[in-house]
Amino acid sequence: MLEIEGLSVRYGAVEAVGNLGFTVPKGSITVLLGANGAGKSSTLNAISGLAPSRGRIALNGAELGGLPPEEIVRRGVALCPEGRRVFPSLSVADNLHLGGAVHAKGEELARRTEAELDRFPILRERYHQKAGLLSGGEQQMLAVARALMSAPRLLLLDEPSLGLAPKVVEQVFGLISGLRTQGITILLVEQNAERALEIADHGYVLQSGALVLSGSGRELAESPLIRDAYLAG
Amino acid sequence: MDFFLQQLLNAVSLGGIYALLALGLAVVFSIVALINFAHGELMTVAGYVLFVCILYAVPLPIAVVAAIAAAAVAAAATERLAFRPMRRADPTSLMLTSFAVSAILKVLFQNGISARPKPVPLPPDLSGTLTFGPVRLGTVPLASILVTCLSLFALTLFLKRTVMGKAMRAAAEDFQVLRLMGIRANRVIAAAFALSGMLAGISAALWVAQRGSVDPLMGFVPVLKAFVASVIGGLGSLSGAVAGGFALGIAEVLFQAYLPDAALPFRDAFVLGFVVLLLLWRPDGLIPARTGRRS
Repeated sequence: MLEIEGLSVRYGAVEAVGNLGFTVPKGSITVLLGANGAGKSSTLNAISGLAPSRGRIALNGAELGGLPPEEIVRRGVALCPEGRRVFPSLSVADNLHLGGAVHAKGEELARRTEAELDRFPILRERYHQKAGLLSGGEQQMLAVARALMSAPRLLLLDEPSLGLAPKVVEQVFGLISGLRTQGITILLVEQNAERALEIADHGYVLQSGALVLSGSGRELAESPLIRDAYLAG
Repeated sequence: MDFFLQQLLNAVSLGGIYALLALGLAVVFSIVALINFAHGELMTVAGYVLFVCILYAVPLPIAVVAAIAAAAVAAAATERLAFRPMRRADPTSLMLTSFAVSAILKVLFQNGISARPKPVPLPPDLSGTLTFGPVRLGTVPLASILVTCLSLFALTLFLKRTVMGKAMRAAAEDFQVLRLMGIRANRVIAAAFALSGMLAGISAALWVAQRGSVDPLMGFVPVLKAFVASVIGGLGSLSGAVAGGFALGIAEVLFQAYLPDAALPFRDAFVLGFVVLLLLWRPDGLIPARTGRRS
């Protein structure tokens, strides 16, 4: 579904990603692993149009490279950014509304909101509260729900488990598996390699902006490199 | 009692004008980190439209609407022609751009219209006073307060109920993420400028109603006051701009009314001293803005 070839992302003189290539098959969960600064977030930012990049980024054969973020989300690629980044002074309702505002109108917008509130009942309870008052886990739910309001075909998730309590992390990973069964393709960036590989179909490992390892979730979970570097025994 | 009420009325009406002006600055600043010193010239545009309309005996309500619309269009035009090409520039370059826009517009007014003030006579029934029992109050300040309240109410509705209003509030907090939602950055920025122009137009109508004339430099003093007001309130914070505007307007009028005669020439020093005290007490302003990420 998503094909990436020769992708480079530079910030001034610093090359965050160099000549990266990988694919995300339709209907799969694909995970990008790597240490801090390996270029995972830069890759997601390049796909969603936030970071300037060179190389080929193609969604179902159509080139996305060079398009602004406003256009890329219209093509069906939504990014749920690192650190959740909900709009803190806006209510949960307004956050969701903005997520869907340009993609659906009137009844369809209401139907999508209702669907997300069914998916995340906690957001229904908090519906009129300011997003900044939610707990970290609730804000993560809101960030995912807001991204889903655009009804994406491909969902990019950047560190959704970061800074969450273990119980909430379980919920988040359960949710991601659930999204795949609804036909949404997922590209996941995670620090929590162990949990991520359990739900992933494919994985890629980045180091200093380059690909060093790839394989199925199970293969990677058993590879010595991953076991030493990320799973700590 | 009569004197006090009259001064209070003047204070609140001047504060309201400052509040609308400061809001105009804040709406743009909160989204693109630009302190638009050409804001005063938007007022001047509205002032001249008002002058021309009244010259040709256009009914006052239509003249006012035309003036406000002209300021909004002028604001959107400066965005498109001057500020959009500078979008990726740092805040200092943006501010210098706004000085350039301001200087160009002033010269255009001076050479294209006149360097001298032009009279904008108000209908006689607006320039009198209203009597409430023992108290007589000026019609213009009363109308000014009414217009300010209506404008603030309409602005609040717009920001809270419409998609564009919500998008502007979201853009002030995290513009990048707003773009990820598919909302076009250019459209939000253009709308913010147009809104800021409308606020300048409304303030201009109230300002001209109190002074009775327009001239090419009329925007300079109010935009300076609006800048001070938005700093007092918290730069980029909308509710702060309103609080700062009222604080400044009320301070000015009350110092003017109650300072001893010997100290009156130094009124501005007293007002600015009051501003310094406010900032010592609250360095980030009365109601600081949340600092968000900007694109």
